[in-house]
Amino acid sequence: MSTFIQQLANGVSLGSIYALIALGYTMVFGVLKLINFAHSDVMMVGAYVAFFVATGLNAGPDPSIASALITFLAAMAGAAALGIAIERLVYRPLRSASRLSLLIAAMGMSLLLEYGGQVVFGPQHRRVPDVITDERIVLGDLNLTVHKLIILGVSVVLMLGLHFFVNKTRTGTAMRAVSQNVDAAKLMGVNTDFIIGLTFAIGSALAGAAGLLVAFHQQGDIDPLMGVYPGLKAFVAAVLGGIGSIYGAMLGGLLIGVAETFVAAYLPSSFRDTITFSILILVLLVRPAGLLGKFKPEKV
Amino acid sequence: MLNRCRFPIVLAFSALFASFACKKSNPAPDAPRTPPARDGVGAPPARPVAGGDIVIGEFGSMTGATATFGEMTHRGIELAIEEVNAAGGVLGRKVRVLLEDDQSETPQAVSAVKKLIHQDKVVAVLGEVASKRSIAAAPIAQRAKVPMVSPSSTNPELTEKGDYIFRVCFIDPFQGTVMAKFARNTLKFDKIAVLRDVKNDYSVGLANFFTEQFKALGGTVTLDKSYSEGDKDFNAQLTAIKATAPQGIFVPGYYTDVAIVAQQAKKLGLSVPLLGGDGWDSEKLWEIGGESLEGSYFSNHYSKDDQSPRVQKFVTAFKTKYQKPPDGLAAMGYDAAKVLVDAMTRAGATDGKKVRDALAKTTKYAGVTGDITINEKRDAVKPAVVLKVTKGQFQYVETIQP
Repeated sequence: MSTFIQQLANGVSLGSIYALIALGYTMVFGVLKLINFAHSDVMMVGAYVAFFVATGLNAGPDPSIASALITFLAAMAGAAALGIAIERLVYRPLRSASRLSLLIAAMGMSLLLEYGGQVVFGPQHRRVPDVITDERIVLGDLNLTVHKLIILGVSVVLMLGLHFFVNKTRTGTAMRAVSQNVDAAKLMGVNTDFIIGLTFAIGSALAGAAGLLVAFHQQGDIDPLMGVYPGLKAFVAAVLGGIGSIYGAMLGGLLIGVAETFVAAYLPSSFRDTITFSILILVLLVRPAGLLGKFKPEKV
Repeated sequence: MLNRCRFPIVLAFSALFASFACKKSNPAPDAPRTPPARDGVGAPPARPVAGGDIVIGEFGSMTGATATFGEMTHRGIELAIEEVNAAGGVLGRKVRVLLEDDQSETPQAVSAVKKLIHQDKVVAVLGEVASKRSIAAAPIAQRAKVPMVSPSSTNPELTEKGDYIFRVCFIDPFQGTVMAKFARNTLKFDKIAVLRDVKNDYSVGLANFFTEQFKALGGTVTLDKSYSEGDKDFNAQLTAIKATAPQGIFVPGYYTDVAIVAQQAKKLGLSVPLLGGDGWDSEKLWEIGGESLEGSYFSNHYSKDDQSPRVQKFVTAFKTKYQKPPDGLAAMGYDAAKVLVDAMTRAGATDGKKVRDALAKTTKYAGVTGDITINEKRDAVKPAVVLKVTKGQFQYVETIQP
C-alpha cells in the first residue's frame, strides 16, 4: 500500500509538469487554433535562461529564496520574450495564410530552436544548479522532496492564476472574444494583435516556468533536445483533457503522468508510450473533443 | 515519435550540405589530390594517401549524452599517435588521425564511418566506445575490408560482424561475471535488483550476464526493471525496486543516466550501493550524481592508481598534455591506437588484408590496460578491475582475472 501511494506521488509530480506545459499548448490553440509545436522548445530555452542566471548568481553553492525567485522570474521573462518574438516574426505574417502553412511554420520553428539550441548552447548536457536545496521530506512511508512539492505547488498556482485571468479580467474577456471570432472581436474594439501577442507571452512564460521545474525534476540535467519528449507528452495531455480547456490540460497531464508511472512500475518500461497513446486513442474514440473539451461542429 | 521522423530531415540536410562542401573543397588549390600510392604490382589499388601520411579514421561521441567517452578516447589516441610520430612514425611515414563526431547518435556513427572509409579513404578505423554504435558501423568497415579496432565496446556481438572487426578490451560475459563475483563473494550480497537500459545493447548484455552469474553463485535477483536511454524519471522503477528491499542495485548504464538514477534513489530513501560497468567511467558521473554515488562500485579496464611503470608512464604523459588524469576510456583509446600501429609495423604495409592478418596475430602486446592478446574471436582477453566511487575519486579495490 505504501508503495502504491509513493507511486501515486511520483505520478502526480511527473503529471504536473506535463500539465504545466500542456497549458501553453491549450492557450495558444484556444486563441489561434494553432498547435504551437515550438512551445516545448521555448520551455528548453527557459531552462537555459535558468541555467545561466542561476550559475551567474552562484546559486549552486549558495542557494537562497531570493536567487530562486530571480532565476524563476528570469526564466519566465526570457521565455516570454522569445514567445513574443516568434509570434511577431513568424506567426503574425502568416496569420492570413492557410492553417497548414502556420502548422508547418510551427514545426520549422521547433526544429530551428532544437538544432539552433545545439549551436548556441552547445549539444552537451548542462546542470542547472539547485536554486533551492532539494531536501528529502519523509511522511511515514512516503518520500517526497522539496522540489517535488514546488513542482506541484507552482503548477497548481499558475493554473488557478491563469483560470482567474482568463475568466475574471477585462483582458481575459478580450482573449476569449478573440478565441471565439477574431474579426468580430476587432469590430468590438479589441486590439486583437495585442491580445494574440499577450497570449503568446503568457503561454511562453508558463513554458519558461516549466523549464526550471523540468530541470528540478531531472536533477538539473538539461540539453537542447530536452523539450522534444515532454512536449510530445504534454501535447497528448492537452488533447486528452480537451484542447482549449485549462482544467482539461491539468487533468490530462496528471492522468498521463500517473499512467506512465504505474506502467513503468509494474510493466517493462517500453510499454509506457504504448499505454499512453492507447489511452489517448480510447478517450478520443468515446469523446472526440477530449475529457473536458466541448465538441463544436463546424457550421457551414 | 516526433523525434524519429525528424532524423531523416536532419540527415537529408546534412547530406545536402556535405555534398556542397565537397564540391567546393575538391578543386581548392591548397588541397591537391595526390595520385593513389601503389604498394605493389598486381595488388588491389591501395587507398590514396594524402601528403604521404598514413591516415587513420576515428569516430567517437565528442558531443551528446556520452561526450566524455569520445573526448577521453580521442585524447588517448592523440597521445599514442604523437608518441608514434615522435619515434619516427610507421613504415617511415607519419600517422594522422581524422576524427568524426557522431554526436552520441547511432545513425551519425554509421554516416561518420561511411565518410571516413569512402570519402577520406582511411586505412583503418578506430572507434567507438558505445557498443550499439560500434555494432551499427562495423558492417561498413567489414564490407570495405578496412580493419576496425574498437577501443572499448564490450558487447560480444560486435566482433561477430566480421573478420575485419577487432577490439582491445574484454567482453561483457566476462565483465558481468566480474561484478557478480564481486557482489556475491566480496560484498557478500544475497539480494540484488537490476535496472537496465533496454535501448542499449551494452546494458542489456551486461545485465543478462550479471544476472546469470549472480544466480549461479547462489544470489537472488529481487526485481529486474528497465528504462530507455535518455529517460529522466526513474522514480517509478526505483520505488518498485525499493519495495523488494535489495542490498544493492546493478545499473549497467551510461554515466548520465546512472548519475540521475543515483540521485533519485537517494531521494526515495533507497540508500543501497549501486553497481555498474565501464559505462560509468566519466568525471561527469560525480559532477552530476555527487554524494548520492558515494560507496558505489563499478568494473573497469584499468585503474590510474596501478603502480606498474607502464601505467604510471602513461598517466604522467597524459597529465602533462591534458592537465587531468586519464580515465579507463582514455587508456583504451591509447592502447587501441598502439595495437593498430604495432600491427601495421608487423605487416610492413597499410593495406587492409595485411593489417587485418597482423592484428589477428597480436600476442601479449604490453598495453597500459594489461597484456593484449587477440583471440580467435578477435576479442582481447584481459583482467578487469573493480573501482569504488568515493569523494569524487574512483578508488582501486581489486583485480579480477579472466
